Amino acid sequence: MGNRSIEVIVGLFMIAGLAALLFLALQVSGLSPQATSDRYTLYANFNDSGGLAPRSRVAMAGVTIGTIESVTLDKETFQARVKMAIDADVDNIPADSAAVIRTSGLLGDQYIDVSVGGDMESLQPGDTFYSTQSAMNLERLISNFASGR
Amino acid sequence: MTDKLAALGRQGIAVVASLGRSGRFLAGVLMGVPRPIKGFPLLVQQLYSVGVLSLAIVVVSGLFIGMVLALQGYTILSDFGSESAIGQMIALTLVRELGPVVTALLFAGRAGSALTAEIGLMKATEQLSSMEMMGVDPLRRVIAPRLWAGFIAMPVLAVIFTVVGIWGGMLVGVEWLGVFDGAYWGNMQSSVDFVDDVLNGLVKSVVFGFVCAWIAVYQGYDCLPTSAGISSATTKTVVYSSLAVLGLDFALTAVMFGDF
Repeated sequence: MGNRSIEVIVGLFMIAGLAALLFLALQVSGLSPQATSDRYTLYANFNDSGGLAPRSRVAMAGVTIGTIESVTLDKETFQARVKMAIDADVDNIPADSAAVIRTSGLLGDQYIDVSVGGDMESLQPGDTFYSTQSAMNLERLISNFASGR
Repeated sequence: MTDKLAALGRQGIAVVASLGRSGRFLAGVLMGVPRPIKGFPLLVQQLYSVGVLSLAIVVVSGLFIGMVLALQGYTILSDFGSESAIGQMIALTLVRELGPVVTALLFAGRAGSALTAEIGLMKATEQLSSMEMMGVDPLRRVIAPRLWAGFIAMPVLAVIFTVVGIWGGMLVGVEWLGVFDGAYWGNMQSSVDFVDDVLNGLVKSVVFGFVCAWIAVYQGYDCLPTSAGISSATTKTVVYSSLAVLGLDFALTAVMFGDF
């Protein structure tokens, strides 16, 4: 085989490798070119954040509209303060909506579900959800039930 | 009794000396590299024989491993009613572990043994020493292109293996077993992180490629110049590379994915 065709084949090999890496980046790890700039930040305070972790999803009516950026402890109120990045095109979340921690399936990951309110005003970037509902704690539920309270 | 002890000691010293020789050899090869323009055609030639010719076995193995993962994963996950997590399982297994490791094992068997045998035969037929006679440095002319070719080709092969495996998993999981394909890709995308998973897997394959190529060319260069010597060097290449890959994989996984 000529030198030239070997060069071409090796070039194709390298291109195939790069294409495969690109596939891993875009299709498998879901790395999208859209930057964080087309997202805005909302906060929510929970008494119990359960198993919520960064990169968990934020959903509305079951559709993912953002991700959780950080879960930190508010040292004054002893509540968990959750920072969320919401897609910029979802800019009309009613201001009295509630952030509820739910579990996908029986054993699945926990995520934040935004249950929609009826206010005409919508949450602005940097706002905090007024009403929240903490993670369901199965053990506490059972012990409450057992002790009859 | 003392004879046996002495033999054991001799063997130990031989192992240490061999390690030292391989280190000096590596240093010599790496020092001899910077001649990019003249060395480039040699590198391309080696990339062809090391990388392109290994492509077939890598693609076929990747396809079947992805398909087997999907079948096995489906059987287990459907017990818990969470078949839709199959994409996540296949992608994480392939990207983090099986992609780099299995590719490196195949690479050691397919390309590493060929490198060792080729260089060993060059040594046995005294081509290497005649090159030195002519004032051509065999480290630079013969060894360096092969080492670099292995180093470059291995990550490319591993990435291709991973992609083909994920595609094979989709063939079985989505097309045959009927997992919803939105769930297949969606779960995958929400759980695979580009930096943590894909890039760490790539780092693994770079390390494995370097180690495999180093062992292969060193064993060829250091073999006894007889037919028995070449055959034992080829065996050593495969055995040592496999052990090094599996051992290093544990160490790298502990560093990359261990929580401590």
